[in-house]
Amino acid sequence: MSRSRLTQSNRAGWTMALPGFGLIAVFIILPFFFAFGLSFTNQRLISPNPTEWVGFDNYRQLMGVGVLTLEPERDDAGAVIRDEDGAIEYPRLRGFTRGNPDYAHLDGMREWTSWQWGEDRVVLLARDVVFMKAVVNTLTFVAVVAPVQAGLALVLALLINQRLRGINVFRTIYFMPVVVSIVVVSLLWRFIYDGNDGLLNNLLSAITFGAFEPVDWLGNPDTALPAIMAMSIWQAVGFHMVIWLAGLQTISPTLYEAAEIEGTSRWQTFRYVTWPGLRNTAVLILIVITMQAFALFAQIDVMTGGGPLDSTQTIVFQAVERGYGKQDISGGSTISVLLFLLVLTISLIQRYLTRERN
Amino acid sequence: MAQIDPSNRGLRLAVRYAVLVLIAVIFIFPLVFMVVSSLKPDQQLLSDTGSLRAFLPVGDISLDNYAAAFQRAPVGLFIFNSVLVTAVTVVLALLVCSLAAFAFVFLEWRGSGLLLSIILATLIVPFETIAIPLLLIVNQLPWIGLDGFTTGWLNSYRVQILPFVADGLTIFLFVQYFRDLPRELIEASRVEGASWWMIYRRIVMPLSGPVLATAAILKFLVMYNQYLWPLMVVQEEGYRPVMVDLQYFFQLNRAWGEIMAYLSLITLPVLAFYFVLQRAFISSIASTGVKG
Repeated sequence: MSRSRLTQSNRAGWTMALPGFGLIAVFIILPFFFAFGLSFTNQRLISPNPTEWVGFDNYRQLMGVGVLTLEPERDDAGAVIRDEDGAIEYPRLRGFTRGNPDYAHLDGMREWTSWQWGEDRVVLLARDVVFMKAVVNTLTFVAVVAPVQAGLALVLALLINQRLRGINVFRTIYFMPVVVSIVVVSLLWRFIYDGNDGLLNNLLSAITFGAFEPVDWLGNPDTALPAIMAMSIWQAVGFHMVIWLAGLQTISPTLYEAAEIEGTSRWQTFRYVTWPGLRNTAVLILIVITMQAFALFAQIDVMTGGGPLDSTQTIVFQAVERGYGKQDISGGSTISVLLFLLVLTISLIQRYLTRERN
Repeated sequence: MAQIDPSNRGLRLAVRYAVLVLIAVIFIFPLVFMVVSSLKPDQQLLSDTGSLRAFLPVGDISLDNYAAAFQRAPVGLFIFNSVLVTAVTVVLALLVCSLAAFAFVFLEWRGSGLLLSIILATLIVPFETIAIPLLLIVNQLPWIGLDGFTTGWLNSYRVQILPFVADGLTIFLFVQYFRDLPRELIEASRVEGASWWMIYRRIVMPLSGPVLATAAILKFLVMYNQYLWPLMVVQEEGYRPVMVDLQYFFQLNRAWGEIMAYLSLITLPVLAFYFVLQRAFISSIASTGVKG
């Protein structure tokens, strides 16, 4: 009885918690719900016109996709018409996507990609091709960076976890890039990746005795995103190494002693002692890396601006370009909502796949 | 099993160290290149990239690039802005978040459980997903200052500070730490008639050194490296933080020597800080994981 009276205090409790909760309410919770609300309007940052409710228009505009199969043009005899190079000629896409009442669902779409199917050409269309590329790039980034970075971080953590003299020096060095701003790192690596005087090209050409042809790493659509992935892993891997390390140190030494008595091999020790002890850490690391990877922005803004040929567009970059650059708050909010749903879904899937099995 | 042959053991040890050193080189070479290049004139900087000289402070070494960077842009002002915003946010965050956590852990009050669950739920909301609607909100928030009542927070220090003072992770760290403190101590002080504020200030805070350091370091790293948010809400030079200016500086003139000097200037103090407090830095990152 006396205990509850001693610690019970509605007024003091609210007074002390209110500054923190109030700030979170205004600056996190409110904008979170705003994002959902705004995505159904045509809100702009500054606009003379009143805001209107537009339903799912923003979503339809962003996510509208369609498939169109083009059959070859044929002459009167029914033979396929080919141009001088022997390539099959197809009817023009515009005939389907510009005001064709029979293909109203494709109206206003543009070509995203296409491939050959026998004599036909299958065209994948999107209402917002840049956004679709941004989604694919972001998913690719997450799909590569999350497992590679988590894996490398674990290898580093295992290396650092050895009992060797001076091991702390190495731990300090491996972690160092984490405390350096990603903007600084991005500018620095712009120079390293430079097509002319870049350090990487010079290094590769020195190793191969000049046989290596210089590559404009950030200027080539095939290498730009992988280059940014490599740099991002370099910068952040120390962060996750430290989290793995903390997980490793929670595993009881008696388990290792028992394994040693049993005479297990190094791989068996890892498989049956270390790995099961890291289960919770693994879940946490995957979720943290995934959330960080989905937020990819600064590297893009500093290094490529989404180019070349939209090969490094990302979801957050698009949200900022529209919400801030074009002051299209509703468009940016819609992208934000989609991003949140994506992050949430993937986190839930990861949590499900890595759940405790009894 | 083979006998442990001393030479074999020595070899294995050498291999282990070789691997560790090789990896260390990968992490360290861009940073060494940055600092070394900041001391070289542009022409030499570019020609040196073809050899190991790129990593050595040789040739025409001077601090000219630093002087030139300061001359080209008010770099001092931008550094001041970043330091001010970071320092004020860290101090306010420690105060506000520890107070809230104190209320959640030690006091019993109606709504406590619900409020804490809501705060912890915000941990799954990445900042990037609320930045755009938050831009609309801060653009319309009122403020009473020296020049009376105004609307809109763009181009100010407060717009860079207040949204980051309270966050779920910091409150969570304090809650975790406070839960391990002996409750009897607090209850005994209550019996003796101490006020909550007194208990917070005289008993709990003096015991909270480790968690204060952890929270401060994490907040410091986030705030000093802010980029996306100030990019959107600060257009005027007067309030611009250093990370945003870097991009402007780079866009205006690709004088690599000056850029490397600028990068070194804003990175070396942080690295020095890190080397001195590396144990605290690393354990603060680790603590976000262990109990999470």
